[in-house]
Amino acid sequence: MANVPEDLHYSKDHEWVRVEGDQAIIGITDYAQNSLGDVVYVELPKTGEQFAGNEPFGSVESVKAVSEVFTPIAGSVAMINESLADEPEKVNSDPYGQGWMIQLRMSNPGEVDSLLTAAEYEDFTKAESE
Amino acid sequence: MVDFGGWDMPVQYPAGTIEEHLRTRTHAGLFDVSHMGEVDVRGADAIAFVNRLTSNDVTKLVDGQAHYTALTTPQGTVIDDLLVYRLAADHLLLVVNAGTTEKDWEWIKSAHAGESVELKNVSSDYCQLALQGPDAVAILQKLTGVPLSDIKYYHFTTGTVDGIDSIVSRTGYTGEDGFEVYAAPQHAEKLWSKILDAGNFGSAEGVVPCGLAARNTLRLEAGMALYGHEIDETTTLFEANLGWICKLDKGDFIGREPLAQQKAEGVKRKLVGFEVTDRGIARDDQDVLVDEERVGKVTSGSPAPYLKKNIGFAYVPVEYANVGQEISIDVRGRLVCAQVVKTPFYKRAK
Repeated sequence: MANVPEDLHYSKDHEWVRVEGDQAIIGITDYAQNSLGDVVYVELPKTGEQFAGNEPFGSVESVKAVSEVFTPIAGSVAMINESLADEPEKVNSDPYGQGWMIQLRMSNPGEVDSLLTAAEYEDFTKAESE
Repeated sequence: MVDFGGWDMPVQYPAGTIEEHLRTRTHAGLFDVSHMGEVDVRGADAIAFVNRLTSNDVTKLVDGQAHYTALTTPQGTVIDDLLVYRLAADHLLLVVNAGTTEKDWEWIKSAHAGESVELKNVSSDYCQLALQGPDAVAILQKLTGVPLSDIKYYHFTTGTVDGIDSIVSRTGYTGEDGFEVYAAPQHAEKLWSKILDAGNFGSAEGVVPCGLAARNTLRLEAGMALYGHEIDETTTLFEANLGWICKLDKGDFIGREPLAQQKAEGVKRKLVGFEVTDRGIARDDQDVLVDEERVGKVTSGSPAPYLKKNIGFAYVPVEYANVGQEISIDVRGRLVCAQVVKTPFYKRAK
């Protein structure tokens, strides 16, 4: 069973969001990394870039395939996880920790309330894998 | 699981593509390649018939030997690449790609022009398991009395593996030493689990089952063509650097004339290997640029897990096909630098 931490928000594109004040840290879920397989390359935006929400901010590549990663909420990129350039495998080994991807300064912090809760996301992945 | 020419095939097993790839290079990997097609050709004219349809010289084979070759169109392009096994002077077995089996079979029947041969599509009569890697001989030897070390590369023998009648062939599609074992399909599961057991599957240095993704990265690193990517009915053997299986002096065969002409005139484009020198991974079908001009396309692009580089094959005009040529690749709108390199990318130590 994929690990779905209680304290995070989730999107139907399999991203997680951790809220810290007006900042949102975003990565991909355990379920997503497991379906992708070994991550060999992560492409991230530059700091300062603006996203309107529900748009791709980068891509994750396994040996076999390329997948876009989406930010479910709007904001500007405050930080990116630069260590993924040399250690993309962190996305597999620690998707909710060292495998984080970007930190956004949220345009509208209330937006996270529209995301899935851990329980809702778990139901969603169950339905998807059936 | 993915649909692969009508077969449900695993892209990867639990070990994952990278581990499957590395284990095959360092110890052993087991591949279920039962999807491959087989065509049986029997009769007094078996050699002459197959020699007329394929580009390599079938008359050079001896009993117990196989070779890599191509079915060619009258234009000299490639219907399929295949192995031809000589079981006897009047009995050949053609092993073709899964996705092209039906097309090949129709073509072979339609090309039959009165030769004394009996043709049979026997694809459902065989399972095929490929055990590849430096430990392949030692693992398979536990299951058979056939002296495996005596089988030379691209030779085969018939015998029993764990009591099951098999063709044991020292061939493969990974760039490693290893065997392809053909047997009746009802034995596939037993053979599969016996080979895994013999190879200590589950231990750190044991054999691992490998899926389609590792099969692709292994063949790519080893510089081998994949039908539908490097070769198809729009590419010729010389363009694909497969002149070594094109024996123009063996006598007439389908497509010989245009191929001879192309050899005399030289090709206009060529398949090259490249290594990405920037960060980024080139993928199939992406454009290749030289000096901002779009000059070609990637046929296969992937990370190479053993070499730890991002590599690929591409067709480019011959003037850009020299080793060292700087090219760039349009990776989803971003231009990534790459360099033409020698192939194979990987060659095992003998």
